[in-house]
Amino acid sequence: MKFEARVEVSHLPGVLDPQGATVERALPALGYRNVSAIRIGKSIRLVVDAPDEAAARTQVEEMCERLLANPVIEAYAIEITELVENGR
Amino acid sequence: MSPHIAVVLFPGSNCELDVVRSIEHLGGTAEIVFHSETNLRGADAVVIPGGFAHGDYLRTGAIARFSPIMEAVAAHARAGGPVVGICNGFQILTEAGLLPGALQKNAGLRFLCDVVDVRVVSTRSALTCSAERDAVLRIPINHFEGNYTCDAATLERLRAEDRVVMRYVDNPNGSLDDIAAICNESGNVVGLMPHPERASEAILGSDDGVVLLRSLLDAATQGVRLPG
Repeated sequence: MKFEARVEVSHLPGVLDPQGATVERALPALGYRNVSAIRIGKSIRLVVDAPDEAAARTQVEEMCERLLANPVIEAYAIEITELVENGR
Repeated sequence: MSPHIAVVLFPGSNCELDVVRSIEHLGGTAEIVFHSETNLRGADAVVIPGGFAHGDYLRTGAIARFSPIMEAVAAHARAGGPVVGICNGFQILTEAGLLPGALQKNAGLRFLCDVVDVRVVSTRSALTCSAERDAVLRIPINHFEGNYTCDAATLERLRAEDRVVMRYVDNPNGSLDDIAAICNESGNVVGLMPHPERASEAILGSDDGVVLLRSLLDAATQGVRLPG
């Protein structure tokens, strides 16, 4: 079975986010003065072939720990959905 | 025999020739070893130079960590051989787990290209074994992610075990505890953000980096003094 994994990697609280800070300064210039706490992270999508959803999740968690995120400065969240192929 | 230094070249490294020149200038020999190679050709010490290995894709050092040569570098480190990571090299050593913590974006959210004062805090490392404690060195920095961070327990250990190797006199990047350089438990693996190779001859504006490079050559020849 194929599963699509969406991994959202974000800075841990307290880790500096220059992109977020810059966008947070830019939005008020456009008139959006009620915006705060902007954090910019990464979105990673991948497809895994696995026997079931739990197995897919376990493998993607391992990928996050080993490469996709740095646990010292980053947090990650994983969303898994089963891929239904066209015409079936 | 003059000590022989392997300088690891990743796609995107850009300080490797400066490191080679500065080592040869001090009487050592150096050779560039490409990241896809699997052995260090009998080198006495390893330098991972600055730059943007693998374009800093994903995170600084994240991809470089998996290059074939890194297994040889880790084995050399385990055997007590000197390994020094400069700037991007420091970032690679933390990603590889050879040094604790991580380098986050500078506190001022700017890329820093400057010359700063750093103080030698510990002489129990491959980078400072021939330096004097409390010596203040004027050395260039050139980084965006140089703001060292780690959890409280790790910082406690680094301090207690005399593993903070150098501190900034006037912290330019928000680095935790003013840390500019740290080492592993036995002092043979060192990471630093400043570039000693860019302060290796008076004509460059400072030769304060010489004592650090000299320490590395001495460590490569004699082995690092262990704590005790």
